[in-house]
Amino acid sequence: MIQQIVFATLFFIGGTIFTLKILRLRKGLAMARPSNRNDQKAKRWKVMTRVALGQGKMGTRPLAAFFHLIVYVGFVIINLEVIEILLDGLLGTHRILKNPLGSFYNPIMSIFEWLGVAVIIACVAFLFRRWFGTIPRLKHKELVGWPQRDAHIILYTEIVLMVALLIMNAAEEASLKNSAPFFFSNILAQGLTGISPENLYAIEKTAWWVHFIGILAFLNYLPYSKHFHIILAFPNTWYSKLTKRGAISPMAAVTNEIKAMMDTSFVPDISNNPKHFGAKDISDLHFANLLNAYTCTECGRCTDECPANQTGKLLSPRKIMISTRNRVEELIKNPENELYLLDNHITREELWACTTCNACVEACPLNIDPLDIIIQMRQYLVMEESSAPQSINAMNTNIENNGAPWAYSQADRGIWIKEE
Amino acid sequence: MSELISIPTLAEMTAKNETPDILFWVGCAGSFDDRAKKITKAFARLLMRAEIKFAVLGAEESCSGDPARRAGNEFLYQMQALANIETLNTYKVQRIVTTCPHCFNTLKNEYPELGGKYEVFHHTQFLKTLLEEGKLKVEGGAFKGKRVVFHDPCYLGRMNGEYEAPRKVLSALESELIEMKRCKQKGLCCGAGGSQMFKEPEKGVIDINLERSKEALASDPQIIATGCPFCNTMISDGVKHFNQEGKVQVLDIAEAISQADDL
Repeated sequence: MIQQIVFATLFFIGGTIFTLKILRLRKGLAMARPSNRNDQKAKRWKVMTRVALGQGKMGTRPLAAFFHLIVYVGFVIINLEVIEILLDGLLGTHRILKNPLGSFYNPIMSIFEWLGVAVIIACVAFLFRRWFGTIPRLKHKELVGWPQRDAHIILYTEIVLMVALLIMNAAEEASLKNSAPFFFSNILAQGLTGISPENLYAIEKTAWWVHFIGILAFLNYLPYSKHFHIILAFPNTWYSKLTKRGAISPMAAVTNEIKAMMDTSFVPDISNNPKHFGAKDISDLHFANLLNAYTCTECGRCTDECPANQTGKLLSPRKIMISTRNRVEELIKNPENELYLLDNHITREELWACTTCNACVEACPLNIDPLDIIIQMRQYLVMEESSAPQSINAMNTNIENNGAPWAYSQADRGIWIKEE
Repeated sequence: MSELISIPTLAEMTAKNETPDILFWVGCAGSFDDRAKKITKAFARLLMRAEIKFAVLGAEESCSGDPARRAGNEFLYQMQALANIETLNTYKVQRIVTTCPHCFNTLKNEYPELGGKYEVFHHTQFLKTLLEEGKLKVEGGAFKGKRVVFHDPCYLGRMNGEYEAPRKVLSALESELIEMKRCKQKGLCCGAGGSQMFKEPEKGVIDINLERSKEALASDPQIIATGCPFCNTMISDGVKHFNQEGKVQVLDIAEAISQADDL
């Protein structure tokens, strides 16, 4: 009975803290403008199914995709066992699903074990890749400190959770003398021979509690971590940009202003106008931008394909996402601080290095769009501060005066026809 | 190659009560840049050769607004776009072909939201159709067996998913088409997009156009083909930087087809 109370209390506390974290995140995301991306629901379901559930954009790097798939499938399927853990914990039972599932139970548990071992192998492979690999995208300077620690914590935790599962089965196996014929715990059980039944029981229970508390802790760790993508991947892909890839969404406020300029009788509806053009800070961005930032798992495929980054420029699309997330966190903690996303987190040098080539957007396995943020911040620089590089100002002046980025007269546009 | 060509403007054509099958949107580079003008002329010759009734806007054409928009000047972009749309709609233009992927992307994907709805083609798409319909016939000629590497323009490839048309047109040359490692979806930008063409690059270890040119040259081509006047400039500069301009030609697909045909 005490165990049940402890279990229920822990479960309640863990659940409550997680709920509070989600509410805190919602508050953070609510700082942004709405994205207006709830149209075309059928298409959104499709994108979410293909990209998030179906891992549709992972395959460009087959080896990473394979190991990631193991961890993903393993995580989803093994977590079905959490249902049993919850029931056992709350009701004080032991393997409550064994009877209802009948002859299916052992094969299912066996599959969990196989997957558990596969997940351990995949996590170890990922750890080795981080320790000894030379993959540039995992070594960038923006990962130094928390992002790299975060990555390691996630992998260690997953290994611990899986090992606990195996030890739990093995201890039970050892005490019951092979009544549950699971392949891996059978092997492990042989290492536990000679331990008294009481101690085996203690080991089993400890492993069970480690697994349960581990899951609760991991759940509450997610909001601090790049690992949040396991949940946010779904809403994030739902809020994907569905308009043409090459199109920047038009600024209605600007259209209104121009129309009013051309036709003095036109009275624009300015109730929805943003407080300024472009983005200087979080409140200027739209909802999906922030969701993108929290969904980013810092894999660096974007940065790896970015022409500016590959040629040594300061810009890294991944860092744009990390900076955005950091800035949201900063504002949640202290809404009154006097910093901004621009300059304090993302520098002008980064923004002007972008070629808008869309490689980062194409590369992201979760449809994150760093380019959207870059363009909005450039809009702020140009339209609010008039502080573009001088050559860009000259280009804009030319377009304005003579309809071309160079200083040629528009009247001469047809001259090539007459030239040899 | 160098005889005068006669191309009507849309105004002239309209004055004669005629309508073109398609409008050739020349773009700023195609109108003013000496290197890009050759691409413009090559494509115009191909259109004439295929007996396509086409016109240009001439002095009535203006920058599509792409570089302004990508540089963050939404106001200037919309001014340009709305003015162009007014011109195009006044002439009731329905079909447009352009040799510039940036104009192509803006006209095709961004003008509709401001009231400009047209059927827009990149010239490689249009050439592909002409070849398929037999309106244009090409034999490899000078290009037969030559090693050609194609550089995907971002605004044609990644932005518009068009990887096939330029390759299909190139294959008509009976040349040996080779691919760089970073091609198609993973194609490396030439460094000109996002209005980078008009400014100095940020500090780095190498300029993007040199990085790309180095990669293209490493595939040991005789010709580097592009479908964008800006890519053409960037990569031509890169080829010069590596002192390869005597050995490797940088050509637009329209130029290659036009030269193969010995027009």
